[in-house]
Amino acid sequence: MLRQFKLPDVGEGLTEGEILQWLVAVGDTVTVNQPLCEVETAKAAVELPSPYAGTVTALLHEAGDTVDVGTPIITIDTGEDATTPAPDGAGGTGGEVAAGLIGGEAPGGRTAVLVGYGPRTTEARRRPRRAAPASPAPAPLPGADYGSGGTPRPPLPGADAGGDPHPPLLATAPDATVKPVRHGGLEVGRQAEAHAAAEEAAPSRAAERGHRRPRPLAKPLVRKLARDLGVDLAALAGSGAGGVITRADVETAVSAEPAPAPVAPAAVPAPVATAGERRIPVRGVRKHTAAAMVASAFTAPHVTEFLTVDVTRTMKLRDRLATRPEFAGRKVSPLLFVAKALLLAVRRHPMVNSSWDEAAQEIVVHGQVNLGIAAATPRGLVVPNVKDAGRLSLAGLADALAELTETARAGRTAPADMTGGTITITNVGVFGVDTGTPILNPGESAILAFGAVREMPWVHRGGKGGGGKVRPRQVTTLALSFDHRIIDGELGSRFLADVGAVLSDPGTALAF
Amino acid sequence: MSLSSVTTEVVDPVPGAQAPHLPQQPDLVQLLTPEGERVEHPEYSVDLDDQQLRDLYRDLVLVRRWDVEATALQRQGELGIWASLLGQEAAQIGAGRALAPGDTAFPTYREHGVAWTRGVDPLHVMSLFRGVDNGGWDPVATGFNLYTVVIGAQCLHATGYAMGLQRDGAEAAVLAFFGDGATSQGEVNEAMIWAASFSAPVVFFCQNNQYAISVPLERQSRVPLYRRAAGFGFPGVRVDGNDVLAVLAVTKAALAAAREGQGPTFVEAFTYRMGAHTTSDDPTRYRLASELEEWKLRDPIARVKAYLARSGRAGSDFFAAVEAEADELAARIRRGTVEMPDPPGTAMFDQAYAEQTPPLAAQQAQFEAYQASFEEGGE
Repeated sequence: MLRQFKLPDVGEGLTEGEILQWLVAVGDTVTVNQPLCEVETAKAAVELPSPYAGTVTALLHEAGDTVDVGTPIITIDTGEDATTPAPDGAGGTGGEVAAGLIGGEAPGGRTAVLVGYGPRTTEARRRPRRAAPASPAPAPLPGADYGSGGTPRPPLPGADAGGDPHPPLLATAPDATVKPVRHGGLEVGRQAEAHAAAEEAAPSRAAERGHRRPRPLAKPLVRKLARDLGVDLAALAGSGAGGVITRADVETAVSAEPAPAPVAPAAVPAPVATAGERRIPVRGVRKHTAAAMVASAFTAPHVTEFLTVDVTRTMKLRDRLATRPEFAGRKVSPLLFVAKALLLAVRRHPMVNSSWDEAAQEIVVHGQVNLGIAAATPRGLVVPNVKDAGRLSLAGLADALAELTETARAGRTAPADMTGGTITITNVGVFGVDTGTPILNPGESAILAFGAVREMPWVHRGGKGGGGKVRPRQVTTLALSFDHRIIDGELGSRFLADVGAVLSDPGTALAF
Repeated sequence: MSLSSVTTEVVDPVPGAQAPHLPQQPDLVQLLTPEGERVEHPEYSVDLDDQQLRDLYRDLVLVRRWDVEATALQRQGELGIWASLLGQEAAQIGAGRALAPGDTAFPTYREHGVAWTRGVDPLHVMSLFRGVDNGGWDPVATGFNLYTVVIGAQCLHATGYAMGLQRDGAEAAVLAFFGDGATSQGEVNEAMIWAASFSAPVVFFCQNNQYAISVPLERQSRVPLYRRAAGFGFPGVRVDGNDVLAVLAVTKAALAAAREGQGPTFVEAFTYRMGAHTTSDDPTRYRLASELEEWKLRDPIARVKAYLARSGRAGSDFFAAVEAEADELAARIRRGTVEMPDPPGTAMFDQAYAEQTPPLAAQQAQFEAYQASFEEGGE
């Protein structure tokens, strides 16, 4: 039997989710609770486990699609006889569809929900009402008026015979133009909206009190906005219902007065959006990146040194090695040689591979090199590391780097791979950039930026007395940032010079 | 206590900010190290036979499996929400197994492990999170009160209940559960003041899982939580909350003291919520993966398994049998959950009061009329 799994509400009251990636393909056999796909909602990125065991027959949406909650996303053939009820999923969110009728899901199943959880089959569609009820007005909603179901509430003293002192909670019968509110608060929400409408229509008591009011009427958010912008609320006339000062009033006041006195701290930018401005919430990888960068930049005093080297010989070596059988099928990238050169230089200068332990007031010199590679991924910067990279052969290192970057780009880097790094390489050259001043990965004391390799005019084979000729050579720039608490200029310089020496003449490695 | 000694108190180190070993905590009661090594403590001890040790392991594995299944069911749209206990199994099983038959526990909404030890059917907990009922178990028969979602409110209920036991002359104690976040709530502090004043037979069991949803503990308290007990006038003890043996020993001793009329004790079970606060939460937005990795090294189940296996108290056949039982339990929970019928919409009117009030009866009539105004099979 074919079963469909509908996108559930994985948070509370979510309406849609984006399929980040599929973890299964058509034809795959899946078990119950095997992750099917990764979905990002407004609240979190989560993996959806399969409610069924069987064979995937269709993926109904592509990765990258934003799908409404309640929409079928995958079809799984459970292999059961359609006439026997399934042991699991019965009455669940998975709609049963007859074979060949994908997408033609029948109504039914558990769609009526108790408190607003669970999938909705459609967005903002309401159950049809029966034909006009016998009473002229629809039955009042529960909770709208405690008295109305029993004895009618007597009119309040002082009220006109014809006028209710309280605006009716429901000014009109609920109709399709009133936006239904999700999440169980259907009735309550609709009432609240109607209430607001009624309030706008009726003059409020606050307005009648007029000038006696103790302070200008404005919502807390508007008060804060005014305070941030240095606007005196008492000087404004509110345009909202009952003289309430609105956000627009405050904003108008600001634009009328182009240079407001900087009452608020000058650093606070005016939260008035300019044309084309976008505000992106800082969270997830971006948030952690920011925190790590700030922590690193303001705890470890960095210095950066640069070295431009002729790497023509390394590039030739690379071409030769790539033809050797042990490198068949492996990616022999310039980064591989930079990594190897760095590992060789660390062996000569182990102090570079160290950490500052503030609590213990000690410098921790690491016994092995966990080589971090900064990787740009669709979800932001991550720095996975190759554990004990110094023990790997060149081919082994090539494999480790390839696997690391592939995993990172797929967004599947395990947390363990991102912890414990001791030194990092950032390959800015892949973006065609010459060099940069990298910020240390927190906890480490050195980071090497590797720029683009370009063919450049270079004075080649000049001896001590000069006499070299300008030749086109493969040239790159290395930049080393280091923690000056641990690494002095001399050590940093020697280390960088050693990395450069190996790259400009790979034979130097024999001497290391 | 002089002012200077107060100011020299250090706040707990930020979990995960250090190397992957337990932070140096001289006051932490521990009987089983993260490596599964049995150690002794001068004040607390347990004397369990092999079968009892194996039973504790079984408890831990089964409640974790239940939790994993419930999390999956929520992701499949079968539960409205789920509050995961992942990482806190030892704190809950240790505390739950310390209770005597006549004792009563007052849980938050995360004490699935304690529910398990009180014989509550997991499906009765699942029905609550599916929105079918408000918890299907009998609080009196199980000695396990209904879940309380309001943060910290159950501490007042627990203290009041304990004062009732005191007046009945019952030789029983009450175990009040709450989290580190709840210690900032007025109710919890009031409950402790009352309990201290009346020497009520209640044990305040705080699972310090390091986060009040997203707020780390160090933002909430300048001192380790267990030291707050001194201010209320009763003993406070910090126990390794991932060590089921230590939790059992400490809680048993505290409950025994309560039954003997020695008044309340504050137990801080130092643990870690490995999962999200609930399924609506994304912990990666407020804590680093490295922190979780370090706490995984202190896993509450791995150390018991290591101890059982290394000391020859259990073999691979036992572990395999427990795994199989866990899978069976998960299958039963899955089947039972998805097959739960929706209750009628008017059920809420039946359970608000023992006797229906006229306004509620009127509302019910209106609600039924309103429901009936829709066409059949509309949605």
